Formats: sequence, C-alpha cells, structure tokens
Amino acid sequence: MGQVREVDAAEITRAVRELCMEINYKVPEDMVAAIKRAREKEESPIGRQILDLLIRNQELAAEGEYPYCQDTGYTVVFIDVGQDVHIVGGDLTDAINEGVRSGYRDAYLRASIVADPVFERRNTGDNTPAFIHTRIVPGDQIRIQVDAKGGGSENKGRHAMLKPSDGLEGVKRFVLRTVEEAGPDACPPGIIGVGIGGNFEYVAILAKRALMRKVGQPHPDPRVAELEAELFEKCNALGIGPQSLGGTQTVLAVHVETMATHIASLPVAVNIECHAHRTGTRVI
Amino acid sequence: MSVELLPDGRKRIRAPLSDEDVRQLRVGDVVLVSGIVYAARDAAHKRIIELLDAGEPIPFDPAGQIVYYVGPTPERPGHVIGSAGPTTASRMDRYTPRLLELGLKGLIGKGGRGPTVREALKRHTAVYMAALGGGGALAALQIRGQRVIAFEDLGPEAVRELEVEDLPVWVVNDCEGRDFYEQAVAPWRRDELLPEEFRLGTRP
Ligand code: SF4
Repeated sequence: MGQVREVDAAEITRAVRELCMEINYKVPEDMVAAIKRAREKEESPIGRQILDLLIRNQELAAEGEYPYCQDTGYTVVFIDVGQDVHIVGGDLTDAINEGVRSGYRDAYLRASIVADPVFERRNTGDNTPAFIHTRIVPGDQIRIQVDAKGGGSENKGRHAMLKPSDGLEGVKRFVLRTVEEAGPDACPPGIIGVGIGGNFEYVAILAKRALMRKVGQPHPDPRVAELEAELFEKCNALGIGPQSLGGTQTVLAVHVETMATHIASLPVAVNIECHAHRTGTRVI
Repeated sequence: MSVELLPDGRKRIRAPLSDEDVRQLRVGDVVLVSGIVYAARDAAHKRIIELLDAGEPIPFDPAGQIVYYVGPTPERPGHVIGSAGPTTASRMDRYTPRLLELGLKGLIGKGGRGPTVREALKRHTAVYMAALGGGGALAALQIRGQRVIAFEDLGPEAVRELEVEDLPVWVVNDCEGRDFYEQAVAPWRRDELLPEEFRLGTRP
C-alpha cells in the first residue's frame, strides 16, 4: 500500500478559486481553435460575421477586463480524489465552495445561483453552492476540473428513457430533436454532450462529462467515434448556424459517452454547451 | 423621428419609439440601439407584473420604451458595467404581452419568441430584436451608463436604466408577424442527410 499523502483543504480552495477567475476570461485553447475552424468552414456570410464577432469577444475577454459572457454560470466541479490522499484542514465541500465564493467575488463574476428553486429564489450572492461530482480513483493526486456552465444552454438539455427497440436510430432522432428545439436559445455553435446507457441519473452525468473532453477529440471506441461523426454531420445539416441565423456550423463537436444499462432500458441524455465553453483543470 | 437610416443600410433607433418608427423595422434588419434602454430579466418581470396586479406603480413607464433582457456582471472599478449580453427572451414570454399593452415598443434578448408574443407584437405594433448571444464582453463596450432604478436586492436581476451607444441587434420578430430565424435557417437545411421529420423541402 502506498503512503497516504496529506493535502490541505486550502490548496483545493486555491485551485478552484484560480480556475474560476481564469476560465471566465480566457476561453480554453481547444475552444478558440474550434471557433476558428468553424469560421473557415462556415458557408453563410452572416454566419461568418457572427463567428468573427465571437473571435473578437474571446480576444476582448482574454484581456481580463470583461468576462466572456455575462452569465458566468453554474460552477460545476469534477473532482477525482486519489484514494491515497488524506484531506486535512477542512471539509472538501466547504473548500470548493470557498474557492467559488472568493474567485467569483474577486474576478467580478456574476452571482447567478438562487438558494431554492421554487419558494423565494433568493440569490445566494456568491455563486455558491458549486455543483460537485466526486470520484475516488487510484493514486495520491487530486484532479479538479471546473466548468462555468451557462444557464441558457443548460436549459435546453433533454433526457429520455427510450425503449431498447428504439435503438441507435431513436437515439439519433432524440439528439437531433434536442438540437433543433434548442435553436438560438442555446447560443450556437456549441458542443453537444450525449450520454447513452446507464440509468436515470447516470446518463445525465455521462452527457455532462462528455462536454469536458477536449473539443472534437473522438471517443476511443471506434463505434462511438463513428456515431459522433455521424451526429456531427447531421446536426450541422439542420442549417441552424451561428446564432441560428442560418449556416453550416451549428455544432462544433458532438461528444458521446456510453455505459452499461438494464435489459429493459435505453436511457439517453443531451447536455448542450454554448460557445461560452469555459473550463480548466488543475492537478494537486 | 427615432429611426435613422444609415448609408450602409443599418438603422439606428432611439427610444421613445412610435408605431410609425416600429413599422420601419423589418425582420433581418441590423439595428444599432442608442439612448436609454431598461434592463430587466426574470425576477424583475415577475415583480413588475405583481405590482401591476396590485395596482401599484412600476419602476418605469413602458410607453414607447425598449427593454433589454440582461443581468450584467459586476463592474470593475473605473468601468461603467461588466459583461452585458442578452439572456433568453422566451422566459419572459409569459410577462411580455402585459407590458406591450402598456405601450412598450422594443424588446431585446436572445432566442425565439412564442406565438402569443408574436401575436402581441402585431397587435400592439412592437418589435423583438436579438443581440449577440454570449457576446457579453463586446456588448459592455457599447454601454455608456448604468443606474439601478429598482429591486436592488435582486443583484444582477435589478432593474437598470442603461445608456447605450450603437448596440448592434437583429430584428427577429417585426410588427407584421414575421420570424427571422425561420427565414434564415430554411435555406441551409440539408434534407438529404436528415431523417424525414427534419426535412423542410426548402432546398432544390
Ligand atoms: S447560453 Fe452560454 S453563451 Fe449564451 S448567454 Fe448563456 S452562458 Fe452565455
């Protein structure tokens, strides 16, 4: 058995804080490249104009004065904790939320979270709580990925328990229907995260995790990669285009994740990420 | 006269707008908005409607005015405002007809509007325009002033009076019931790659 490594909760706070402060201004390189690729491929003149504006918006935000988008998002935190790590000096959840609180405050980011969904909907004022997905993994490191997830695109996600007889065709139709219905509301072009399999709750997390891959990086299983390529072509055939003003570049990538499921079930979930794809990773 | 036709075909507007002004704005027009617009989004709309229901005064008189659906990020010291792009307009659909009845003339947000709002735009001669969704940093550069005028406790959702200069928007729904998204997307749909229910039959 390996030595247990101690990690101070304050280090987790610092990593989360720094990530929140960075990603809302500096869109990751893979997203910058994806928008440039779309600009080269876009056939519609208005679509090209929009993509030029998005490139300018990226450049302006990267100067550090104005966040890329005014919706600085739900703060979604994926944390993989090595099983040989012992977190000391505080509670993990509190440490993450403290990072969000101080990062959002000091980087002039918007507080977009309300404390309850249907009673008073009072803004918590500091964008907490974070939406945290924890995994215990082998090793003695902690990997933290933060995603500032826009509400507009999040609202357009869909989830369904299909029948096994609906098959792959049923899944494709569901993805296309979701992208079509999202239309301009999800600020296209973006990334389409698809989860297939698992159960009611796992499939949604699969779809969200699919968004965390490098933009356009194919799935290692060639069958899944082929499905991604087909869905990519079909989503773009919808003609929605940048800002839904018509064009060939509706999505920048389709990422699919799959897992085992029940003999009675074919769960599918689609999570849409807008062009404000703000994510970053730290390893402690 | 609150609509100015620019040499490049774009139109500059400034509230207050009359019915005559609104009739000059057609789907697909690129419009530069200048002057005062009122920032209000979900929670502010809910409160405004509650005030109207209770017969109480509301934060501004909508007659002839423009509402921008936006909740900006906090301004840095020395800046007028933070990022300030549009939010999804359809979430305001439930509240919009009531404000149009009171004479509101212009709406700015992102995304489509439902049939009830499109109908109400026709009935009350008003226009819905979309700003660049997700272009929050660029939008900030077009804003010259901001003042919170109501519901400060709502934070980013407080009602603000914004002074804008040439904020670019597209006319999406005009006062004759047209929808720009429908018109813009159809020519680009590639039916041959899609299952039947997604085909539009608009390309030869
Ligand atoms: S959907 Fe994304 S890009 Fe659009 S306003 Fe929301 S966060 Fe910004």
